[in-house]
Amino acid sequence: MKDCILTVAENRPLTKEVYHMALRGDVRAFTAPGQFLNLKLEGQFLRRPISVCDLGEDSVTIIYKVVGRGTAQMAAMLPGEKLRALTGLGNGYDLTDAGEAPLLIGGGVGVPPMYLLAKRLLALGKPVQAVLGFNRASEVFYEEEFRALGCAVTVATADGSYGVRGFVTDALPETYSYYYCCGPEPMLRAVYRTAKGSGQLSFEKRMGCGFGACMGCSCKTITGYKRICREGPVLRKEEILWED
Amino acid sequence: MGRLSVDLCGVTLDNPVIPASGAFGYGYEFAELYDINCLGTFSFKGTTLLPRFGNPTPRIAETPAGMLNSVGLQNPGVEKVISEELPKLKKVFHKPVMANVSGFSAEEYAKTCELLDQEEQVGWLEVNVSCPNVHGGGMSFGTDPQAAASVVRAVKAVTKKPVILKLTPNVTDIAAVAVACEEAGADGLSLINTLLGMRLDLRTRKPILANVMGGLSGPAVFPVALRMVYQVSKAVSIPVVGMGGVSSASDVIEMMLAGATAVEIGAANLTDPFACKRIIDELPAEMDRLGIDRLSEIIGGGH
Ligand SMILES: Cc1cc2nc3c(=O)[nH]c(=O)nc-3n(C[C@H](O)[C@H](O)[C@H](O)COP(=O)(O)OP(=O)(O)OC[C@H]3O[C@@H](n4cnc5c(N)ncnc54)[C@H](O)[C@@H]3O)c2cc1C
Ligand SMILES: Cc1cc2nc3c(=O)[nH]c(=O)nc-3n(C[C@H](O)[C@H](O)[C@H](O)COP(=O)(O)O)c2cc1C
Ligand code: FES
Repeated sequence: MKDCILTVAENRPLTKEVYHMALRGDVRAFTAPGQFLNLKLEGQFLRRPISVCDLGEDSVTIIYKVVGRGTAQMAAMLPGEKLRALTGLGNGYDLTDAGEAPLLIGGGVGVPPMYLLAKRLLALGKPVQAVLGFNRASEVFYEEEFRALGCAVTVATADGSYGVRGFVTDALPETYSYYYCCGPEPMLRAVYRTAKGSGQLSFEKRMGCGFGACMGCSCKTITGYKRICREGPVLRKEEILWED
Repeated sequence: MGRLSVDLCGVTLDNPVIPASGAFGYGYEFAELYDINCLGTFSFKGTTLLPRFGNPTPRIAETPAGMLNSVGLQNPGVEKVISEELPKLKKVFHKPVMANVSGFSAEEYAKTCELLDQEEQVGWLEVNVSCPNVHGGGMSFGTDPQAAASVVRAVKAVTKKPVILKLTPNVTDIAAVAVACEEAGADGLSLINTLLGMRLDLRTRKPILANVMGGLSGPAVFPVALRMVYQVSKAVSIPVVGMGGVSSASDVIEMMLAGATAVEIGAANLTDPFACKRIIDELPAEMDRLGIDRLSEIIGGGH
């Protein structure tokens, strides 16, 4: 974990509500795909946690959906503006379990962390399949970017306006060695229930601090209590305990 | 003694800045970021006799200039705190630490405090009486002067370390509770704990917190906290630790003028993990600007 000042290098819409922001600065605290940063925004008391989508030597890319005051404020930021960020938060995905042909499953703003993960898995010489889920055609983003990396991509939309009609679970391939998943909780539950074999799933919780100090983000797992911000956000399928 | 040092119940603090319970864990997350020995001390996460998971999530909601929490005293229980947390803490923190204790009956408070009293690392017992009394119809100990006094007596009977009673602001007359605790033998008081509040999610039209209500803290509560520190410190002669919304060196000075001997800082650590270190670093310049020679001289200066 590191407290850094990052500079907005680029900030543009990908869809009506989803934005792509590139930030420049010290990003050495990040060690794994699936980690997140916690952004301090002027006038908002709590920081905003956002996943890493891509990482360069001195840059980090994030993709965020405008859902409230904080993200609306981010959408209005211009290149050159500065943002305070706690970087290198969370455990991230463990690539050692990927096997020969890993599957990545992302839904909505759960798609971004799959991008860096795909890059890292491809760099290990593994063929990567990606299933990306959205509500409708107008909300689809990053399909081309995943293809450009060399992934086999399937897109599913809930209303059938693009790609496979239905949820990511309606578009899962027959064969894969292991899966990695990020998305809204109903999707995580569906994937947990229906996807064959083992995998790792990334969770979201409302956070007070993002670095383990407040116990705001705790959850029960088979292997004990965990803080989603520190021992998570990524949990192994085998340790997940659904609370209801 | 330096210009920042103060005496808290017979133990000297290098400075009056104390991270508040629940916002600093058991210290290591912060020790990764800076040398936490710069702190006066810190109050560790509220500890109970038995381990607790706490409340369901969401446990956190944002508010104007603050936050709500309904963590519900998640902690590993006093035995694990003594066998695991304190030995780990010893490696990174070399000063007496403040042990924050919660309970659901006077006997439970006493048992937990008795165990912590034997630990050399513990400098003070900070007894949080904001919890519901299971034998008193679920009303918090801190809302009834007699119930609060009964906790003080139970704890004082089994401990030698200074006992600081942490008061809840969710009462009509906080000075009355403070006086009852002083009469029962408390060595000091700390206040305020969080103010009861809630938020709704406009999309779902339901409370954001799974627990429905939670405790408000952060800059939003500062004037309420300051008022209560003022009232309580006028009503008692034991030291008062002030807290609630403190986020700058000038807030620390204002709390001390209102009557605080030392100052705890909670929520500010969550949004800026360096908050306490920054405030300690800023204090000397702020004192110079205000013509303050030694901090210990200004305690209650605003009365
Ligand atoms: C580990 C993690 C990674 C995330 N990664 C991304 C990402 O890559 N892209 C993206 O678009 N979103 C991501 N989110 C969700 C994102 O944090 C929220 O959408 C954002 O905080 C909303 O802020 P706001 O001010 O616009 O909304 P408001 O509703 O005004 O926010 C009020 C408060 O609620 C919190 N909050 C609101 N919604 C959420 C939520 N879904 N999860 C957690 N806290 C919430 C805010 O942080 C803030 O404290 C992630 C969340 C977590 C926990
Ligand atoms: C996330 C969180 C957890 C807390 N947990 C405890 C606790 O375990 N015991 C306790 O006495 N107070 C607890 N508090 C209250 C704080 O110690 C403090 O009294 C209060 O937050 C007011 O200070 P602040 O405005 O600086 O945060 C908690 C506060 C927060 C924000
Ligand atoms: S958000 Fe504070 S511990 Fe996870």
